[in-house]
Amino acid sequence: MRSLKLWAAANNAYFLGVGLCLLAFAVYFGLPPIGALLSAMMDGLNALFPADLPLFTYSPLPFTPNVLNTAAPKAVLLALVAMAQTLPVLTRGLDLSVGAIFVMTNCIASVVISGTPVDLAIGVLIVLFCGTLAGLLNGLVVVFGRLQPIIVTLATGAIYLGIALGIRPIPGGGVDKELSSFMTGLLWGQVPMVLVLLLFVVLFIWIPFRRSVIGRGCYATGSAEGAAFLSGVEIANSKLAAYALSGLFCAIAGLVQTFYTQSGEASPPSAGFYTLNSIAAVVIGGTSLFGGFGSAIGSIFGAFSLRTIVDWLFVFELPPLWQPLFNGIILLLAVCLGAARVFRVRNRLELFT
Amino acid sequence: MADGAAPFWRMKGVSKRYGGVRALDKVDFECAPGRIHAILGENGAGKSTLIKIIAGVVQPDEGQLEFLGQPASFKSPAEATKAGIVCVFQELSLMPDLTVADNICITDPPRKFGLIDYGAQSRRAEELLRRAGCTDVHPDELVKNLPLSRRQMVEIAKALGRKPKMLILDEATSALTATDVAKVYQTLKMLRQEGLSILYISHRMHEIAELADDCSVFRNGRHIETFPKGSKSDDQVVELMIGREYKHVFPPKPAPSARPCVLQIDKLSWNDRLHDISLSVNRGEIVGLGGLDGQGQRELLLALFGVLRGCNGTVAIDGKPQRIASPRHAKSADVGMALIPEDRKTEGLMLPMSVRDNISMAAISQLSKVLVVDRAAENARIAEMVQKLGIKIGSIDDPVATLSGGNQQKVVIGKWLMTDARIVLLNDPTRGIDVGTKQELYQLLRSLADAGTTILFYTTDYDELVGCCDRVAIMYDGRILRELAGAEINEHNIVASSLNLPVERNLQPGGAAA
Repeated sequence: MRSLKLWAAANNAYFLGVGLCLLAFAVYFGLPPIGALLSAMMDGLNALFPADLPLFTYSPLPFTPNVLNTAAPKAVLLALVAMAQTLPVLTRGLDLSVGAIFVMTNCIASVVISGTPVDLAIGVLIVLFCGTLAGLLNGLVVVFGRLQPIIVTLATGAIYLGIALGIRPIPGGGVDKELSSFMTGLLWGQVPMVLVLLLFVVLFIWIPFRRSVIGRGCYATGSAEGAAFLSGVEIANSKLAAYALSGLFCAIAGLVQTFYTQSGEASPPSAGFYTLNSIAAVVIGGTSLFGGFGSAIGSIFGAFSLRTIVDWLFVFELPPLWQPLFNGIILLLAVCLGAARVFRVRNRLELFT
Repeated sequence: MADGAAPFWRMKGVSKRYGGVRALDKVDFECAPGRIHAILGENGAGKSTLIKIIAGVVQPDEGQLEFLGQPASFKSPAEATKAGIVCVFQELSLMPDLTVADNICITDPPRKFGLIDYGAQSRRAEELLRRAGCTDVHPDELVKNLPLSRRQMVEIAKALGRKPKMLILDEATSALTATDVAKVYQTLKMLRQEGLSILYISHRMHEIAELADDCSVFRNGRHIETFPKGSKSDDQVVELMIGREYKHVFPPKPAPSARPCVLQIDKLSWNDRLHDISLSVNRGEIVGLGGLDGQGQRELLLALFGVLRGCNGTVAIDGKPQRIASPRHAKSADVGMALIPEDRKTEGLMLPMSVRDNISMAAISQLSKVLVVDRAAENARIAEMVQKLGIKIGSIDDPVATLSGGNQQKVVIGKWLMTDARIVLLNDPTRGIDVGTKQELYQLLRSLADAGTTILFYTTDYDELVGCCDRVAIMYDGRILRELAGAEINEHNIVASSLNLPVERNLQPGGAAA
């Protein structure tokens, strides 16, 4: 009982993300009782403000494998990039290059993934390697240059975008058709393959990392770097691992993107969009922007809620042009959550550290 | 255990400098297994530097270290830990966002298939906590949710888990309750029987009397003497600790006279750092805050200046109760307070900005007419301050970062004098500045006081308490332990009070105003 209470206390930061995610899905798919409630509400509003055409509409999507498979890729892409963002944030950093690495690996994948099955495997490995290398490079500059991660990754992000443009000056390229249709299809006709991939990443990359000494070193470093040093934690290696793994997650996202679009595009807006939204997803997912606390799994929930809430516009048949405004409001609200700790500070000098 | 010939731990001719300050000066030091060795000394005596060198946190500039007959030079705390030297640091080395078990087994947890085995880790943490005498902490609790006393026990358990041959405790019992302390004593005595060498730094003399086998006294970065416990009286120990070589010239103090009370503090408390502080400071008086470093002196000044939230108790200015909500309120006309902060580089100055901008920063609203700064008035006031304080500058538009430490401190002081503050709080203002500037500062404080300013002066240098202050309040564990006035203010009484020992004359404890 005591253990359960402690577990709840230690994990209460994640409840918000999970709850928001469930709410987002319920509204999106019109799941009971939320769906019925919203329909009734809309009917009521329409009765209050009668017009020729009903002003307020609510048409949730049916919860079927095919609808799921159209909604899943966007959410999974953001989830992967948000997982990538989580690691530097845990070490009390911030990575502004995650979107750029994602775009760069997308362009690389559009070149190298074709040919015999062996060629395909090598191509995938090349993409993963390039992403990891880019992340590691960030880590090396942050650790050995003793520079602020936000500045370093702003610069390296521009470099990675430059490389992407060098590889794909204009959108194009391609990827092996069979592999792509397998990765974008449904497993046993039911479950979108990308969700399986995401589960795979969590089970075989994130959880082992979380339970390794070096992974815990990331948390220790982010929580109190001085205390971690005094305790003999390998701070430098932990940070390097965090950034390298971040690059790997971005590369996986880059691969998924290539399988869906079947081409590579060096798109700066796309890089910016993913970087910004990854930070919001991390915050909604309960990870502290001050480091030391959080989880990549929380970020997945954060990414899913964010993506789904933005799609509420379609469910309520609101003008699609409102999307940037709506998206911005959600982002701002999400980031505000991160400032909640201010209320607990007793020595106001600590607000400025 | 080591054979008789080679000492367990030996250091020879070890020195360490920080900038111009000699923290350790050619120190020879040895300690033996199966003994508890107490280290004594006042602020800045070199105790902390000594253990930081032993634990590999800093590297010595010169000298040799030997551990178990082998030359030892540790590049990091991790290397020292590997060799078997484990330190419980005063500034706690726990990661607040991790669980107790995570913290205790941070570098070498039990593993299954290469991954951390949380079950085994929990059991190991529980076992170590029990050995440390702390059974009321659950291993899955987050450290940030524990009170300070529990954290210290976790810290001790963590040290035990590293299988030390030599254990260093730096003020490790300062936040513990009496029952905890008794348990820690038991553990330490048990460890001594197991043959550990234990270095123990504490400012509680009765703890040393209870625990130590040997005592070493440090002063001014030198190792003065090592002697077996009980061979010297408390008075003799205090004598060994005091006696600074340099003596400053202080301006003469005026004869005590009846003056109106300006700052009246009544039962001020904050979190668990300040307890029932009551103190009154009169017009034209310099009251010193003394005691060992970190007994709540800084927090008291910050609380008065409106920086801390959630303070209890009352503060009255000129007999009128004031609830000082922020530094902005503190400096306003109805309070008229100024705080010379502890760290001039981060809290006192905007280093890249000019001397002009810095010096008029606090008084800028008094120098402005309808949102525009009156340049002529500003220049006149700045020139007055530069002249009054003797600030050596090329031009008032030079960045303040280009000045020497002493001149920077003068800029901070000038900034606050420009607000015409009636109450000046100083937080260790002479740290890291040259002797000449210190002398000028003493003169300045006295002339301000003579002109009717009320001064509350915290300093870690006991010499300054003796030389500058009309009265001295000694703080211990967030409380004012004693007030000294007139001839009672001498180094012996200050050191003895700081250690919570009786002083030479009949004093009423608790600190009623003299």
